[in-house]
Amino acid sequence: MKILVVDDETDVQTLFEQRFRREVRSGEMQLAFCYSGEQAVDYLTAHHSEIVLILSDINMPGMSGFELLRHIRTTYPIPPPTVLMVTAYGDDQSRQQAISLGANDLLSKPLDFQALKEKLKSVV
Amino acid sequence: MSIGSFLIAFFLIRHLRKFAQNAGLPPMWEQILLRAQYVAIGLMVVDAVFDKEQLSKWAWHLFLLGLLWLIYPRSEFRPTRNFVSAVLPLVLINIVVDFTELVASTFARQYNNYFEMAQILAFGWVIAAWVSTQRQQKALEKERQKRLEEEERNRLIAAQNTQLESMVAERTAELVRQKEELEETLTELRATQAQLIQQEKMASLGELTAGIAHEIQNPLNFVNNFAEVSVELCQELNEELAKVDLPESDRDYVGGIISDLVQNQQKIAHHGKRADSIVKGMLQHSRAGSGRKEPTDLNALADEYLRLAYHGLRAKDKNFNASLITNLSEQVGKVDVLPQDMGRVLLNLFTNAFYAVQQKQKLNGDAQYQPTVTVSTKRCDEEVEIRVRDNGVGIPESVRSKIFQPFFTTKPTGEGTGLGLSLAFDIITKGHGGTMEVETEEGKGTEFIIRVPV
Repeated sequence: MKILVVDDETDVQTLFEQRFRREVRSGEMQLAFCYSGEQAVDYLTAHHSEIVLILSDINMPGMSGFELLRHIRTTYPIPPPTVLMVTAYGDDQSRQQAISLGANDLLSKPLDFQALKEKLKSVV
Repeated sequence: MSIGSFLIAFFLIRHLRKFAQNAGLPPMWEQILLRAQYVAIGLMVVDAVFDKEQLSKWAWHLFLLGLLWLIYPRSEFRPTRNFVSAVLPLVLINIVVDFTELVASTFARQYNNYFEMAQILAFGWVIAAWVSTQRQQKALEKERQKRLEEEERNRLIAAQNTQLESMVAERTAELVRQKEELEETLTELRATQAQLIQQEKMASLGELTAGIAHEIQNPLNFVNNFAEVSVELCQELNEELAKVDLPESDRDYVGGIISDLVQNQQKIAHHGKRADSIVKGMLQHSRAGSGRKEPTDLNALADEYLRLAYHGLRAKDKNFNASLITNLSEQVGKVDVLPQDMGRVLLNLFTNAFYAVQQKQKLNGDAQYQPTVTVSTKRCDEEVEIRVRDNGVGIPESVRSKIFQPFFTTKPTGEGTGLGLSLAFDIITKGHGGTMEVETEEGKGTEFIIRVPV
């Protein structure tokens, strides 16, 4: 299972790599990282249909998580990946917007990795 | 000649009477003069009836002399002396003429012309004096009139003055009243201004707090996450270490280091969580006032949170006891509020109240002291009032203005974040458009008053 993590904070990569060390080591999971919405769009074009799940932050400079989501849902071809949005503001408005744009779920920061692992297992 | 005497007497008396009236002499004089007039008229009548010229002539002389003798020396009649003294020669000449006729009629007849001339001259003098007196009197009269007018005018002016005086007093009273009203309004405005400034300060502090919280939250998440993942890594390291062949002493040494590392990471995670809960509290500031209002039974809410706070404290301190008093008015009924936020406010106030009474109990150790926390509700016209009172330590004057500021706390480090009251203030003022006030006396207790419009 290949997962694309989109976040403008580069330390997210280190954190994810360490958190999912066992899964990556066992080959159960593959992680890819992008640090902006634009980069993610390029990556998705280049790695056509490899990505099964996208975990994207909402608040990013430049292209925001919502714009990325809209782009994926309107232009990305079959099979559609599962998209989970991550936000620091877990309010109802963001949730409504994320769902209406086609997100599969909305997670709030700080991420509970135990819960995230469960979710990944159930989603895929 | 008696008609001349009568005329003289008549005009003299009239003149005197007029003078007596105008000069304001005692009424005694008026009576005397009136009687003199009657006597004059009586004499005239008797003279006309009996026709005894020789006798009446002397009667007239006597009468006039008597009258002059009566008037002339009187100081009261000094202003009339001019006229009176003009009459005197005529009377005297008449007496001399008549006397001469009586004792030496030949001599009198011989010098008749001279006598008559003297009589005419004296008479002329009387008339001249009378005219001049009359003129004088007219001038006097005019002056008197003028004086009277002036007096009248003065009296009018005095009356007007009094009226003006009273009007001025009335105006002054009115002005004083207005001034007092204005002063009162000014005081009220000043208080409102101070309150507004305070609220504005609170609002901007709240926003600032929330802003800071947002900024801190991301790095803090990393700290917590990395600390947690490091713990996991250490556990993995331990597992791997078990597979490696190592001398026992080295294994213990490495194991010790790893367990220290685990402990350190746990400490980092623990304190990170503490910071996180503070940040969460700060973030509540930005959320104060969001959410939906629903009809809430404030009395039930107050009662519930009072018990919750009490038992929360009792769980930590078994020896603590306090009286809980509730004065909840049935009239309050259901009020549109944010129930969770309002609950948070009440819980915070009750917790503070219990803390204050607990502190007082600890401080003085007085066995008589009965810690009491009271909550009362009341419905006024357009608003609902909730009062939370304790008989605890009170709030010192020096910190009273700071209690609603974020991060202000008097509790020991780690026990309070200083966000409770500031958040409560935000919830009441911003979230509900109400007011929150505090009345406190150091050593006696504190009362928080919440007013929420209905």
